[in-house]
Amino acid sequence: MSEEDDIILAELDDEELVQQMFDDLYDGLKEEIEEGVQILLDRGWEPYEVLTKALVGGMTIVGADFRDGILFVPEVLLAANAMKGGMAILKPLLAETGAPRVGKMVIGTVKGDIHDIGKNLVGMMMEGAGFEVVDLGINNAVEAYLEALEAEKADILGMSALLTTTMPYMKVVIDTLIEQGKRDDYIVLVGGAPLNEEFGKAIGADAYCRDAAVAVETAKDWMGRKHNSANA
Amino acid sequence: MSNAFTDLLAEKGTLLADGATGTNLFNMGLMSGDAPEMWNTDEPTKIIKLYRFAVDSGSDLFLTNSFGANASRLKLHGAEKRVHELSRVSAELAREVADTAERKVIVAGSVGPTGEIMEPVGTLTHSLAVEMFHETADGLKAGGADIGWLETISAPEEYRAAAEGFALAGLPWCGTMSFDTAGRTMMGLTSEGMVDMVHGLDNTPLAYGANCGTGASDLLRTVLGFAAKNGTLPIISKGNAGIPKYVEGHIHYDGTPELMARYATMARDAGASIIGGCCGTLPEHLVAMREALDSTEKGPAPTLEQIREEIGDFSSESDGTDGQGPVRAPRRGRRRG
Repeated sequence: MSEEDDIILAELDDEELVQQMFDDLYDGLKEEIEEGVQILLDRGWEPYEVLTKALVGGMTIVGADFRDGILFVPEVLLAANAMKGGMAILKPLLAETGAPRVGKMVIGTVKGDIHDIGKNLVGMMMEGAGFEVVDLGINNAVEAYLEALEAEKADILGMSALLTTTMPYMKVVIDTLIEQGKRDDYIVLVGGAPLNEEFGKAIGADAYCRDAAVAVETAKDWMGRKHNSANA
Repeated sequence: MSNAFTDLLAEKGTLLADGATGTNLFNMGLMSGDAPEMWNTDEPTKIIKLYRFAVDSGSDLFLTNSFGANASRLKLHGAEKRVHELSRVSAELAREVADTAERKVIVAGSVGPTGEIMEPVGTLTHSLAVEMFHETADGLKAGGADIGWLETISAPEEYRAAAEGFALAGLPWCGTMSFDTAGRTMMGLTSEGMVDMVHGLDNTPLAYGANCGTGASDLLRTVLGFAAKNGTLPIISKGNAGIPKYVEGHIHYDGTPELMARYATMARDAGASIIGGCCGTLPEHLVAMREALDSTEKGPAPTLEQIREEIGDFSSESDGTDGQGPVRAPRRGRRRG
């Protein structure tokens, strides 16, 4: 079969279809992803299985190639958009079927910072990995973060800053959490172009994440530790 | 086309640009989260002091305090109606400082990114972006800027929109991008790709180059990438003074004046003719850079190995211009026709 031949998703067996969905996610083909999700559901797949095996599996490849400098922001945004199309179908079904909860993150750029590209990527990749994400948008004062963390019963706080003039504000937020005795209630992840690991440590964050893929890995890792210590 | 910038560049061969704006303003009491542009009208004496840092340290050119003076960013502070005013005043204050200097100094009107993603991936339309850049450029021109200075851009679409904005304002310009992601811009543009893009514009800049990013080593590698393409336009190099660290309540960049001095001569050797610093670059760094540029002759271009040894390691193995970087795995499914 030549490459120009149309691919009929419904004619592929489960394994081929999932492989094709990995590639379609990689290429940011939203309609094809929506179709693939629907086909798998029609074949009797559990919504949670579609999420983890087809979508999260595909986004893991996208994330790894983003981390390795093979894909860049435009491609990742398209992939995440395709993923979102599939998620829109799955979300209500996941809620009905009581699928396992991975974790919940409150995320936003800090006060004074409008640059939300990195924050949006993290949000989308986190959703791609099965996390619930509450996006506070741009320009968040310390009160906005604290309120949302409490109201949403979040596990993770994600803060982003792209400017040297705004990055110190992250410390203001963390210091306030400490003052109010709430610092240990949350995993605090920070990111943004001018930051680095040492900066993250110095301001008291749990981790600095250099890109969205690392943010997902780090969030999973810390959620694992949190569960372990809770069960200890 | 001749103007103060091209004349001075022709006369001196190499120009020393300025250092950091944000870092210096913090040292004067700017609070994190506040818009630095508000100080143009609220704290003009501090802005004049900032400009004098550059002039007194030997800069041939300095940028105005207008990086965030576009409608999209000022909206955060409820000041989207003040784009023209804050841009104009930033240039007026600069004009005053430049005109009272004992030598010729160029006022370059800083224009930063909108902070939004452009179509088709994002939502910002080309025409709206052009309009925003046009507004800022108009204000800078009205305030007496010699040239416009686009900086820290990631998307080629945004660079193109700014070129049109400067054309509409009738303001000659320079423009740099930030190569902070595996040696490429956040949007994936390589140094080579930028040279092609810039030389293909209708309204070409007077000079192009790189600023900010992830440290001086990466920036030098990017300049080598520009030079390898043998473009016709002069190259700008504005690197950060090392990497940011949090020390006793404020941000400190770990690059020493000696390191930045060596970076400056290496940038010239690599092919840049407008050389300055970016975040973390303080007056003492500029003084050392001036001294180093004045006391040495241009030498052969540094190798990547020399840069690594003298300035520090790169943030990534490849910058996408050497065919050595990682590539995607073979497809599992079939490509669509």
